[in-house]
Amino acid sequence: MHTDEYILKVEDIHKAFGANEVLRGVSFEVKKGETLVFIGSSGTGKSTLLRCINQLTPPDRGRVWLHGEEVTNSGKRINYFRQRIGMVFQNFFLFDHLTALKNVEVALIRVKGMSKEAAREKALAELRQVGMEDWAGHYPAELSGGQAQRVSIARALAMDPDVILFDEPTSALDPELTREVLEVMRTLAQQGMTMLVVTHEMGFACNVANRILFMENGVIAEQGAPTILLTDPQYSRVKNFIGQFLEYNGD
Amino acid sequence: MDQIVFFTDILLPALQKGLIITLQLILLAAPFGFVLGVGVAVGRQYGGPVTRVLCKVLVYFVKGCPLLLLLFILYFGLPSIGIVFSAFTASVIGFILCNGAYNSEYIRGAMLSVKDGQMIAAQALGMTRLQAVRTIVLPQAIRRALPGLSNEWIYLIKYSSLAYMITVIELSGSGKLVATKYFTYTETFVAVGVVYLFLVTLTTLAVNAIEKKYAVPGMIRG
Amino acid sequence: MELIPLLLDWFPYLLRGIGVTFGLVLSSLALGVIIGLPMALGQVYGSRLVRVPIGIYVWFFRGLPILVLLFLFYFGIFPGLGFDLSAFVVGAVVLGLRGAAYQSQIFRGAIQSVGEGQMVAARSLGMDRLCAVRSIILPQSMRIALPGWSNEYPNILTDSAVCYAIGVAELLTRASQIVAQTYVTMPIYLAAAGIFILMNYGGMKVLHMIERKIAIPGFGSGAM
Repeated sequence: MHTDEYILKVEDIHKAFGANEVLRGVSFEVKKGETLVFIGSSGTGKSTLLRCINQLTPPDRGRVWLHGEEVTNSGKRINYFRQRIGMVFQNFFLFDHLTALKNVEVALIRVKGMSKEAAREKALAELRQVGMEDWAGHYPAELSGGQAQRVSIARALAMDPDVILFDEPTSALDPELTREVLEVMRTLAQQGMTMLVVTHEMGFACNVANRILFMENGVIAEQGAPTILLTDPQYSRVKNFIGQFLEYNGD
Repeated sequence: MDQIVFFTDILLPALQKGLIITLQLILLAAPFGFVLGVGVAVGRQYGGPVTRVLCKVLVYFVKGCPLLLLLFILYFGLPSIGIVFSAFTASVIGFILCNGAYNSEYIRGAMLSVKDGQMIAAQALGMTRLQAVRTIVLPQAIRRALPGLSNEWIYLIKYSSLAYMITVIELSGSGKLVATKYFTYTETFVAVGVVYLFLVTLTTLAVNAIEKKYAVPGMIRG
Repeated sequence: MELIPLLLDWFPYLLRGIGVTFGLVLSSLALGVIIGLPMALGQVYGSRLVRVPIGIYVWFFRGLPILVLLFLFYFGIFPGLGFDLSAFVVGAVVLGLRGAAYQSQIFRGAIQSVGEGQMVAARSLGMDRLCAVRSIILPQSMRIALPGWSNEYPNILTDSAVCYAIGVAELLTRASQIVAQTYVTMPIYLAAAGIFILMNYGGMKVLHMIERKIAIPGFGSGAM
């Protein structure tokens, strides 16, 4: 079907905080199963862009469509769209008073109205998918950062979203914990999950992304498949940016 | 008169009767005081401008004005504008208002200490604000407020004695009547005090057990 | 309507209650420090023989309703010991004894929150325990205790109204007397409530000002 070709369409998003124009007209489209990675220096609006997509930060201008339905200006229906658009945060934001299992269950029961039994089964399955089934009974404070982030991915997955937004999912993690989270994300990408990822992990960007979008000054400065960005001399700026990170990371 | 006979035949039966009234006052006021506390805290935090102001005025008035004066207003004052409560009802209302106002301060403080990310994550999952407040923010806030709330329960036990000042013959009142009649002030009020100490200590132990039961690793008390 | 002149007639009588109420509050705060601070030191640094009786005192005075304490001392203990004290003195003393129980716990917490390093450093300079407590620990802990201690003010103020029960001529007692004389209820009670509320929040403002005056940089009031 023609309208279903793109799962998500983002059109001309603008956002300013006071005098600070963070986003100055960002547009792109996402096909089912694609993984888009957003890179760029800090403060170029990458995280704000993700929050504009699910309206946690309402944009000043511009529109977002999910499956041809408008997400922006959707009033109370925004909660329906937020179920369909998962989000994983830099600082996990696991619910501190709930065990790993209950963190995954709570929205299934309260938002989707699933029965407790069905929610439990589903939550356990998602925890298994991210390798956290054995930790189901533990509270967030008892988990390492990497484990907490995997639980938060399971929480997003459990809603069966059409797309998941990853907002710097490994930036708060030590390097050795970063890997376990990136592994889970790579597997998800391979299984055909549609993902938008803001990250500084260039190895992940180059190996997993279908497309890299390089942001600068609130706009998408350049974009393309990793192989093209890294080889085509026309994109030397992106290549330099990526190279600088690869050096720091030592790989 | 024989001391033992006085204790067993006069004082204890009187205190027992009074204790029943005291327990009724407390057990009626505590749950409503809790609900009012949650309501006022949520109203001040998430309500519209009018709700916010109303809740704030209630808290400031009740905290600023002596509870005894509040009871006088409810029992002696309101009839002059046509609202008549029994002494017992007026006491319970006064205790609910007082307990609720103080509870709301603890709960509101605890809600403010719940990190923003909790609300953001809940909304990202598609919860409405109300759902997020109910399932994520409040359960965390109430846990954190529990030490404060338990203090207020203990105050409620002690301040329930003020009901006697508006003619409810509860524990202190029955003690006073016996003491005046038999001229046994020290013995009687020590006995009354022991009953309060027992209630307070019992409540402290119960609250500690509740806190332990609902404790969550990593969530700091208070 | 003759309500307004009537109220104006009685208003000075009501206002004189402010002085009485203040007297109760101030003597209670003062007694609270005079008795409560040594109790706190006893609880932190004292032997078992000192700690246990103080613990019982605190438990007793915090566990009993103020009304019962007033009755016990006014009708029972003081007359039984042969003291013939006025209702005001009994009210002030009982509020003070009870205040000491509460305030000792504020001081105790503050003393315990001063880092152990301070004591070690003081002792390393050759100070004995008492000297270290007096010149190093107490100056710090008093500043830490101040916000908590200020918060006792509204509690004691509202509790002072219970002295109505033994006939101290403070604000609430006077308000009730006026009500009994005039049969005007709500305006009188609300006026009394207004005065209490003003005294409450006004007093807190003053106390906060003092707190800010004696604050030391890096010495957060958040320590309590």
